[in-house]
Amino acid sequence: MFLEIKDLNTYYGPSHVLQGISLNVEQEEIVALLGRNGMGKSTTLKSVMGMVKPKSGKVIFQGANIFGKPPHKVSMAGIGYVPEERRIFPNLTVEDNLKIGVKGGVVDESNPKAWTLEKIYEVFPSLKKRRDNKGANLSGGEQQMLAIGRALMGAPSLLLVDEPTEGLAPIIVDAVRDVLEEINKRGVSILLVEHNLEVAMSLAHRVYLMGKAHIGFVGTVQELDDNPQARAQYLEV
Amino acid sequence: MSPVTAMYVAQAIHGLTYGMLLFLVASGLTLIFGMMGILNLAHASFFMLSAYFCYQVVAWTDSFWMALILAPLGTGLIGVFVERFLLRKVQQYNLGHIGDLLLTLGIALVIAEGVKTIWGTESHQVVIPPSLEGLVSVAGLEYPIYRLFIIGLAAAILSALAFILYKTRLGMIIRAAVSDADMVSALGINMPRVFMFVFGVGTIMAGVAGVAAAPMLTVFPGLADQIGLDAFVVVVVGGFGSLFGAVVVSLFLGELNAFGIQFIPRLAPVLVFLFMALVLSFKPMGFFGERDD
Repeated sequence: MFLEIKDLNTYYGPSHVLQGISLNVEQEEIVALLGRNGMGKSTTLKSVMGMVKPKSGKVIFQGANIFGKPPHKVSMAGIGYVPEERRIFPNLTVEDNLKIGVKGGVVDESNPKAWTLEKIYEVFPSLKKRRDNKGANLSGGEQQMLAIGRALMGAPSLLLVDEPTEGLAPIIVDAVRDVLEEINKRGVSILLVEHNLEVAMSLAHRVYLMGKAHIGFVGTVQELDDNPQARAQYLEV
Repeated sequence: MSPVTAMYVAQAIHGLTYGMLLFLVASGLTLIFGMMGILNLAHASFFMLSAYFCYQVVAWTDSFWMALILAPLGTGLIGVFVERFLLRKVQQYNLGHIGDLLLTLGIALVIAEGVKTIWGTESHQVVIPPSLEGLVSVAGLEYPIYRLFIIGLAAAILSALAFILYKTRLGMIIRAAVSDADMVSALGINMPRVFMFVFGVGTIMAGVAGVAAAPMLTVFPGLADQIGLDAFVVVVVGGFGSLFGAVVVSLFLGELNAFGIQFIPRLAPVLVFLFMALVLSFKPMGFFGERDD
């Protein structure tokens, strides 16, 4: 298995925010993790990434145990993180924001997963025009593209992407969607947390629905489509 | 040059000397706070400790130059030890600022009592090396070579620091970490190691300032009091985490100090704080602040 999360438990102080989450992602798959606000979707990504320390469980990535490892080790194992708030470095230029994502500072050309600046600019032409601008001066859509590009510069085989279309204009939402599809075609697996059901359903191969701190439904997009009860229980507001 | 102009120039160079020393202390303090969110109350104590090390090395080897190298390095080693084995441990408990404050205050107290125990409460003189003794004549003005040496030394360190920060990958990582260290670590960068490095370099710079100050101010247990307070003012007014702010405000405070003593000696000790209060009422984040917690 490519990424296997088993019985993951995370606490914020006394509150038990992930109660035995199990989930897996196969190679070159897009898996969407959906659910209402506050169910623990972002926390699941953060717990895998090491941004939040999980209490118990198993996280195995490409055969290596990454449970409870600090973020830099998880990243070195081949996982890229695109956080919810984008978290662009505002005082760095667009190009430096990308360069800082390169592990060890030099692109390893022998690695087929490696992304060069040229390749990034090919997928994100809008970033090329803004390469010398400070991160702080970008629009929301550009920041989102940059956050994805920055993660790709680390040559990940799996991307954890948290709410990439949140707060973006519809035309930009489509652009972000297409970029994620393109990246997946180039061989990067994606674990996606997304509010926009249409985007999620059009991208994902499989879907997990989260209820409060647990997984309530697992299935293919088709299976979710055929299951109005699951949709009503976990998605509709 | 008329005597009045000469006096102004001399006072300005005096202010510049102190401003540069202040910068060496404050830049480490601001970078450590900016990156790690740690307000290091022991920072100025490292300045003082290094001055004592300087006194000791000069006593043993009779060489100021040896002291200029060894004392800051020794201080830096202690700084690295403090970061690696004490601060990092305390931070695991997620106590927020209170944990860091209590720990660094404790370290400051240990250093303050430690130097009294080892070296006594009296002042120790460190002699200026012969090559830096005496006065030099600049445009008809007699000025102590040693102070000019300090200005040059600090300017060299400032240039090196600016080079690292703006021209190297390590500098890029440090600048990014000032705004969001967690995100930097999610990109595969070993932040604990970067923290240790920055903490070490910060204490080394405070150490260099301590050695430079030793011959001018003599070495005594209260040595760090003024520069410690002033360094905090610099960090607050310049903006937490802003190296540029630290440079500008350090130099300004140096001059404020020098001319304050010249013109309004009775008010001089509080001028710095008046200045801080004034700035904070209009710019609560300081002049060049980027961090918002």
